[in-house]
Amino acid sequence: MIKLPGFLRGRHGGPLGILILAAVLLVAMPALLDLYRLNLAGRYLTYAFVAVGLVLCWGYGGILSLGQGIFFGVGGYAMAMFLKLEASDPESTRIQTTPGIPDFMDWNRITELPWFWVPFESLAFTLVAVLVLPAAFAFVIGYAMFKRRVSGVYFAIITQALAVVLTILIVGQQGYTGGINGITDLRTLKGWDIRDESAQYLFYYLNAVLLIGCVLLGRWVLNGKYGRILTALRDREDRVRFSGYDVADFKIFIFCLAAFMSGIGGAMFTLQVGFMSPSFVGIVPSIEFVIFAAVGGRLSLLGGVYGALLVSYAKTLFAEAYPQLWQVMIGTVFILVVLVLPYGLASVYQRYGKRVLSRLKGSRRAPPPPPSSLPQDSATEGRR
Amino acid sequence: MGGFSAQDLTAIFVMQGFAGLSFFSVLLLMALGLAIIYGQMRVINMAHGEFMVIGAYASYLLSGALRHLPAGTDIAVLLAIPVAFLAAFVAGYLIEWLLIRHLYHRPLDTLLATWGLALIMQQGFRSAFGAREVSVPVPDWLRGSYRPTMIIDIPLNGLAIMLLTVLVTAAVWWFLYRSRWGLRVRCTTANREMSGAVGINTKRVDRMTFAIGCGIAGIAGAAFTTISSTGPTSGSLYIVDTFLVVVFGGAGSLIGTIASAFSIAQAQSVMEFFMGGSMAKVLTLLTVIVILLLRPEGLVASKVRR
Repeated sequence: MIKLPGFLRGRHGGPLGILILAAVLLVAMPALLDLYRLNLAGRYLTYAFVAVGLVLCWGYGGILSLGQGIFFGVGGYAMAMFLKLEASDPESTRIQTTPGIPDFMDWNRITELPWFWVPFESLAFTLVAVLVLPAAFAFVIGYAMFKRRVSGVYFAIITQALAVVLTILIVGQQGYTGGINGITDLRTLKGWDIRDESAQYLFYYLNAVLLIGCVLLGRWVLNGKYGRILTALRDREDRVRFSGYDVADFKIFIFCLAAFMSGIGGAMFTLQVGFMSPSFVGIVPSIEFVIFAAVGGRLSLLGGVYGALLVSYAKTLFAEAYPQLWQVMIGTVFILVVLVLPYGLASVYQRYGKRVLSRLKGSRRAPPPPPSSLPQDSATEGRR
Repeated sequence: MGGFSAQDLTAIFVMQGFAGLSFFSVLLLMALGLAIIYGQMRVINMAHGEFMVIGAYASYLLSGALRHLPAGTDIAVLLAIPVAFLAAFVAGYLIEWLLIRHLYHRPLDTLLATWGLALIMQQGFRSAFGAREVSVPVPDWLRGSYRPTMIIDIPLNGLAIMLLTVLVTAAVWWFLYRSRWGLRVRCTTANREMSGAVGINTKRVDRMTFAIGCGIAGIAGAAFTTISSTGPTSGSLYIVDTFLVVVFGGAGSLIGTIASAFSIAQAQSVMEFFMGGSMAKVLTLLTVIVILLLRPEGLVASKVRR
């Protein structure tokens, strides 16, 4: 038998799941959907980055963050700032009082580009910022909290409060951030129209490939020794600490990794949708990201992707036709998933899908055991 | 602080301080229920704001029903408090039985499930009462204001809410530390297994505690309607602040909850005057978070072994 590289084999499913995902994202969806719907699907897939990150840090690390919108927003805003600066060159903004600065700054009587906008004139800086800034934010938050042994419920509430703080800042500092409308009217990337058909297709494929890359990265992390320690500290943190590991470092790392993925998702969102606004930063989007991971299955990286796709698609389908029904539905889904299906759709597949598959193959192997490494009792107390 | 004379500044501090006290009252009434529930059962009730809204709508319905009686608004305002308590109490009792009791020992999951519950309840309010905000007519004797000097102006309904808050807090203290029921609650909080072993019905204690916590939120709602109007999503505006109050105070500590509600409300209200609402809120929240990092157990650490 061929020896597979670490990210394809091991406890977290064989290469089959990845191949199916790649086939769905790269072949089936572009073939079956028209450009408008494909663009929508691309938008949902940007949420999947966050969901995959949440599977890593919540499902395996036991760290529930209700502030993933922060990192999605930081990545998205970094990209939006670059595109906005390109869109507001002196030529196209000559009717403004101060040409050459973004229109919303002009409306707010700001006459000079603020210092933190200046570096975003460079594409290279922006790309580095998209990859590094969210993780750096996460490092600061994670270092401050995990070194002080703040975890569980307290961590969730504090990250939620931070998401509120960031939203209020963005909305309140209209002149610097575009306020509640966000950064809009993004047109070109290095002179290349990001709204035309070829660009939309290209971004979709880039998005899908990056997402699959994130899933593989997550899988590689989980399959290594690190993944085992992560699961161990989720279930019995004190024992891992007594075994000589610095629990905080492991938590900071996985939280940063999740933030890194969310930031890529945010930047891809800006590129595909053409704007970024505080409505993707605050409490509500942050909790929606958790729903995606919960519905897909908090222990399944692939589940996170499918969860994001399914829930967002359902939202588009119902929220437009019956907005009132939608809120009740999503609430009910939340309660049902937590009560009846704590490990999401992935656990349904683990339990029944595989049995069906093996029956189709005609083999008489025993059905696989239920999902591995379920926490015995996820009573992760706030603090001890 | 150029531009303000010493007298102006005093007046500003007194009036903003008083505005802060009204905010403090609502926060404290909300946080008391939440702190009891979290302290005893480790349940994070994200729908707590919606129980407050139940109380507010209950007092709205009551004032509508009594409108045509002579002195109806007076009676309604007084009756609103027990009625709001009862409405939220019953709702809390039912929800504990239907949902929460299945989720003990999974604190993060209670957080998610009650968030879903909050969404459903908000939509329920919207369908039943409409998206428009409603308010309760306030009787004349609550409408005026108290003017100790020329420039200081303190609204009477704010004073009434403060009085109510003091009474409710005293009642909660009495309940927790002087009644048989409170003894059972404190027993269950300290050691659930032993309490069960000595014959305390911990499940019943849980249900009553949850319902009473929700009932107090209902009272907060009844108080809230007299200073501001209520809409379907009013509760969710307060939930993050309330959680910070509970966490900041040290969960399960009555004194800590009072102190943290007071400091958060005052800080926000006084800063609001100088730098506007949004920056004041940002600074307050960040300060609380930083203090929490320095002292993760909150202001007053509870002496509970777990």
